[in-house]
Amino acid sequence: MLSKRIIPCLDVRAGKLTKGVKFQGNVDIGDPVEAARRYYEEGADEIVFYDITASAEGRKIMIDVVRKVAECIFIPFSVGGGIGSVEDMREVILAGAEKVSVNSAAVKNPSLITAGAKAFGSQCIVLGMDVKRVEASKEIPSGYEIVIQGGRKYTGIDALWWAKEAENLGAGEICLNSIDADGTKEGYELNLTALVSSLVRIPVIASGGAGTPEHIYRVLTEGRADAALIASIVHYRSYTIGEIKGHLASRGVKVRELW
Amino acid sequence: MIGIVDYRAGNLTSVARALTFLGIPWEITDDPAVLERARGIIFPGVGAAGEAMANLKEKGLDVCLREWFSRGKPILGICLGTQVIFGYSEEDDTPCLGIVPGMVKRFDHGLSIGGRPLKIPHMGWNNVEFVKKHPIFTGIPEGAEFYFVHSYYPVPQDETNVVGRTYYGKKFCSAVAVGNLVALQFHPEKSGRFGLRILSNFCRMAGEIC
Repeated sequence: MLSKRIIPCLDVRAGKLTKGVKFQGNVDIGDPVEAARRYYEEGADEIVFYDITASAEGRKIMIDVVRKVAECIFIPFSVGGGIGSVEDMREVILAGAEKVSVNSAAVKNPSLITAGAKAFGSQCIVLGMDVKRVEASKEIPSGYEIVIQGGRKYTGIDALWWAKEAENLGAGEICLNSIDADGTKEGYELNLTALVSSLVRIPVIASGGAGTPEHIYRVLTEGRADAALIASIVHYRSYTIGEIKGHLASRGVKVRELW
Repeated sequence: MIGIVDYRAGNLTSVARALTFLGIPWEITDDPAVLERARGIIFPGVGAAGEAMANLKEKGLDVCLREWFSRGKPILGICLGTQVIFGYSEEDDTPCLGIVPGMVKRFDHGLSIGGRPLKIPHMGWNNVEFVKKHPIFTGIPEGAEFYFVHSYYPVPQDETNVVGRTYYGKKFCSAVAVGNLVALQFHPEKSGRFGLRILSNFCRMAGEIC
């Protein structure tokens, strides 16, 4: 039977691993290649990199990080952040990434999803969605709104509508990040995750808020997520991936236990 | 040297990187003469069956692969490479190489797990039940998992060719072996330590490492 995936997320800024809370106050906490190797050895099922530098110089450094990671870890990994064209996708895929994640650029230009799926296959294209809770309205009936540009700009787009639309456009997976929960270590946005996961027929990775293995258990069961993204909980060594998986297995969740 | 067949089906460099990590020489090529010199052939691929077959035919690689198979040259199929080894694929209604009798079918949208509809593609880590002892699985424990990404799965005509099975809404064949050919539906190059072991087992079968 298919295992639920545990996916460490590495935010990279100018070639350094970094972490913030609710998308702000980022501090550097190490070398992304070393961190990726450690998580690979500790049993990560996949790794996600977000390049949070926007400059051309930072971009080159990121490609170099991707290349180094691809030489030493042999599990799938994806790269997101600043991907705005099929050419950007090609660059990270050729450097060794299995998947690319598009976010703001896909909101501005949805045909990017279709173009990417056509060029590399749907399995390569992850739609990253940053979501904030808002008052339900005619425009945002679900009360969950898509925000872009690192959480700074509201779009007036309903998160549930966008998830379904992205699936129809050819996205192979959705990485669903709750900005309200991001970095809080108080648990995932279960309601949002369950709504999106029940709506689409592609895998959903829940993101934002993991502080304990039990939080992860809840998002994989009540939240119906196919995978859980984790960051602070492992970056600060509160738990190892092995401990998280041990907890999930003891609660009856199928995870990959041998690596 | 291990030859990696280049037929423009996705990114072949991840297989090459894994071989480099294992210290095994390789060449990515579409040149039959270079592949002829290789001790073993890896036939990977990501993409669609129709285009894959068209590209193979354009380079005459379809004829070569059939011949290498009948001469007993070690061949390792991966994912799409595995699928086109069979006679026919439902994907784009494509007649394929016919090296192993059987066909390739799409996961039925009606399948469900625990009352919830199955998500397609089948993407992530899953077990392979080793239904037969085979050197490709040497050193790999029962319960090991491998990385899958696919919407279609092989259905061999001859059950005796099946060496591995996986459950996803139903049991399907995830590994076949016929003579010196091994074909896997999962990605050993993305399956961590056990995946690397499968690649080194293949290179040992091919005499590239001893």
